[in-house]
Amino acid sequence: MAEIRLDNIAHSYVTKPKSAQDYALKPMQLTWQDGGAYALLGPSGCGKTTLLNIISGLIKPSQGRLLFNGLDLTEASPEHRNIAQVFQFPVIYDTMSVFDNLAFPLRNRGVKATEVRKRVEEVAELLELSKDLNLRARGLSADVKQKISLGRGLVRSDVAAILFDEPLTVIDPHLKWLLRSKLKQIHQQYKLTLIYVTHDQIEALTFADQVVVMFEGEVVQTGTPQELFETPAHTFVGYFIGSPGMNLLPCELHQDGLYLGGQELALADEVFEKLRRQVGGGGWLELGIRPEFLNYSPQPVMNALRAHTEHIEDLGNFKMLHCHLENKPNLRLKVKVSEDRPANLGAAWLSFPKSWTKFYLDKQRIALEGL
Amino acid sequence: MEFVLEEIGKSLAHEVHLYPLTLKLGSGLHVLLGPTLAGKTSLMRIMAGLDKPSSGRITLDAKDLSKVRVQDRKVAFVYQQFINYPSLNVFENIASPLRVEGRLKARELREKVEAAAEMMQIQHLLKRMPAELSGGQQQRTAIARALVKDADLLLLDEPLVNLDYKLREELRSDMRDIFSHREAIVVYATTEPQEALMLGGTTTILDKGRLLQHGPTLEVYHQPSYQRVGEVFSDPPMNMLAAELKGGRFHLASGHDFMPSRTMTQLAEGDYTLGLRAHHVSLKPITGGVKLRARLELAEISGSQTFLHLHLDPNISLVAQLDGVHSYDFGQDLDIYLNPDKLFAFDQTSDQTSDQNSKLVASPAYRTHGLKEA
Amino acid sequence: MQQKPTNHKAWFLVLPVVISVAFSAIIPLMTVINYSVQDIFGPYQRVWVGNEWFQETLRDEELHGAFLRNLLFSFEVLLIEIPLGILIALALPAKGWRASLSLVLIALPLLIPWNVVGTIWQIFGRADIGLAGYVINKLGFAYNYTNKAFDAWMTVLIMDVWHWTPLVALLCYAGLRAIPEAYYQAARIDAAKPWAVFRYIQLPKLRGVLLIAILLRFMDSFMIYTEPFVVTGGGPGNTTTFLSIFLSKLAVGQFDLGPAAAFSLIYFLIIQVLCYIFYTVIQRIGQGDQP
Repeated sequence: MAEIRLDNIAHSYVTKPKSAQDYALKPMQLTWQDGGAYALLGPSGCGKTTLLNIISGLIKPSQGRLLFNGLDLTEASPEHRNIAQVFQFPVIYDTMSVFDNLAFPLRNRGVKATEVRKRVEEVAELLELSKDLNLRARGLSADVKQKISLGRGLVRSDVAAILFDEPLTVIDPHLKWLLRSKLKQIHQQYKLTLIYVTHDQIEALTFADQVVVMFEGEVVQTGTPQELFETPAHTFVGYFIGSPGMNLLPCELHQDGLYLGGQELALADEVFEKLRRQVGGGGWLELGIRPEFLNYSPQPVMNALRAHTEHIEDLGNFKMLHCHLENKPNLRLKVKVSEDRPANLGAAWLSFPKSWTKFYLDKQRIALEGL
Repeated sequence: MEFVLEEIGKSLAHEVHLYPLTLKLGSGLHVLLGPTLAGKTSLMRIMAGLDKPSSGRITLDAKDLSKVRVQDRKVAFVYQQFINYPSLNVFENIASPLRVEGRLKARELREKVEAAAEMMQIQHLLKRMPAELSGGQQQRTAIARALVKDADLLLLDEPLVNLDYKLREELRSDMRDIFSHREAIVVYATTEPQEALMLGGTTTILDKGRLLQHGPTLEVYHQPSYQRVGEVFSDPPMNMLAAELKGGRFHLASGHDFMPSRTMTQLAEGDYTLGLRAHHVSLKPITGGVKLRARLELAEISGSQTFLHLHLDPNISLVAQLDGVHSYDFGQDLDIYLNPDKLFAFDQTSDQTSDQNSKLVASPAYRTHGLKEA
Repeated sequence: MQQKPTNHKAWFLVLPVVISVAFSAIIPLMTVINYSVQDIFGPYQRVWVGNEWFQETLRDEELHGAFLRNLLFSFEVLLIEIPLGILIALALPAKGWRASLSLVLIALPLLIPWNVVGTIWQIFGRADIGLAGYVINKLGFAYNYTNKAFDAWMTVLIMDVWHWTPLVALLCYAGLRAIPEAYYQAARIDAAKPWAVFRYIQLPKLRGVLLIAILLRFMDSFMIYTEPFVVTGGGPGNTTTFLSIFLSKLAVGQFDLGPAAAFSLIYFLIIQVLCYIFYTVIQRIGQGDQP
């Protein structure tokens, strides 16, 4: 069991990094609680695998310290870190039986044979591998192999954290959710710290209590799946989480109000004041709102912006409207309308509920809470 | 243009890949929807002329195609894998079918290539080599090469399946815009119901080598002829509940009973399978909703939606789809509500010789809001 | 899965191959068979002898000796070259300029023509002027491959090891590089010792490559001719006379075309059978690899 702390960790694959571009991982400060289920989510090349390898000890960071329960393990080798890892492609020892595979990490650490047997049987029971223990590992299917790799971590009583590197890549789609629920169950039962790296939002959001979203070597937000969806802290999170992602539109703050494509968007006075303080008088901002939260009406509505519906996608249980603001074909929005609500092509009125309308300056969200 | 498959079947070594099927396709977009191994690729290869059918006849505008060689047909094929010539740059990749024909002057060729590249939004990449492109850009190049040919028949076999979901999202809506405005007959195979709905046009449901249903996409979605169509054309698959209609009420195996909706009043007493899409299983009370208590096994979160995998005794599995992202601890018991107005009813006929079991006998009313459908 | 359209014109495309195979293999083979069942004195003087040449050859004690020598030689070659090749492959650097340089150095012996290899070693091992022979003698060992059977055998063996271990090493090197990094990472996390990494990861993953190496080295060493012919000429006595040398003595030296032809066919058959055995073994193990 361990709390993992990344203290000012950064990494560059270049020996003498000069600019920020040279860093695969920009300096970051993160603390992972003991027993939490975390996901590192981001597109390929965002630095998430580098970060995972730093935690497992396969890479030494260029700077910063890695603390397990306050103990500095930055220099420790992987076998001395009390971590286990499940890789993207199943790593099993081909020539061994399932039992020997599971026993391998224990035997290497000199655990007594009776204790080995007890631990292996216990873990096999949990992973539903009991009847396969005597089989050769080589001929088994990918999902069983991945369970074995996971099992090699679980057998060790000293394991504090298990790291997963896109472990479901090679698993059949219909088996994925079974493995996901198995992982959830193991997490509840063993209270281990689990860190799961993926580019797939379904896996990250389903698996984790806390999701760390990474973009271009930086952590752009850490939060629960619900927070990421409802209150993205960074425009990238808005875009990356949800399908389709958040609508992001440039808007201009003037002395007298906020303008979106030439139309004024009515704001509460205190919101307006707060925005003006943040932006320093006036200037350009980005407005973000998810397609789910926009209110659509085919008839004129008070305090709504005039728009035009170009196309309606009827997706069975809902409709996706592709709109643009009146006379601004480049200011496009998607609007999700439930199946029983009417929707027409042409003139549309869109209202922006206050609590779901977010503002971004330099891609960072402007906090409006506590007003 | 009319492309007709008559009684087309395919067997190899006593293994049936396709049972004889008849299909008429006009200009426009057609989706082949089915799970893996449904026979989509087999059917597309036959359409392209790459494989010979074991039986049946293919005609294009009443002209028999069986004697026409693949090279002489105006067909383009886009595969799952991003197939490009690795030693040619994007421009040459797109131009390659035109160079083979060799009929165009250099200037015309350049114009056509540029037009196709622009449609796929890769005009700025024309000088790059395929290895320098992202997966999405590589597939855009492959599609542009198919577009440039002016083929009568354009076949796309799960072209987006190997892309990240964000890229898939972008490319999917581009595809619809491009293909819906072409003269050609476009056939698009996919396993994803969402993709079929986004593309529109017509949808053909294939399963285990059999054609189960063909029609305008939304009509197939709202009126699945068989239980299997309901399962294939829903993601997650349509929930199925065995029920007995007795004394004017439906009785579920879990012991619950409720009144049939208006569309089901004419049903005779007996056993039925009731289908309900995950979207219509709710955690909020609904008027007239059927209240059940179920144990949560897993909450899957897709980014915009939450799927609850639920279990009821005895041995009933249900999936509920909620809008937005919500966290639930699994293992807890939840009250769920089924919307009886959204139930489909299938009969329980079972004919071992075909998969056309469990016919639709009643379905909920639906509106398409006067949208024009192909 | 896919049915190809039938097209008889395709046969014309195969024709050049059929013709060249006929001239290079089938016709010579028929000629050999022809020789093996007749006693030929001149262009128009030939006597049908049936299987007499075969019987005579099979009874030949010298041939038995050569056959056993061949088996022993191939066995020793495999015993030395395979482990040595693996060791060299393991010791080679994985990447960078050092890797390229050592690969080139290792591959050098493979680029030298067979008879040149023989000539090099013939001179290298000479007790009077050869560097190796001279040094060994100076060290107090009376080494002379021209008149001592053991010395001749060892010279031919070491020469083969020098010539062909690089091939095994290169094959193993390629096999080792193909092992995904994740295996090594998993092994570190599982606290596996270097020996366990070799025993449970590297060796199992090298198996396919090793089977090919064993097959190639076995066949090649079983047919060895040029190098021992150049170095020892099969001597002293018959101590380094392998089957191929025996055959050439018979055919070219004594011009016994009948027995030589009969023996060629037997030799050919032996190699076919051994090839087949190796092939099935590899196939069977290959199938065991399927998930």
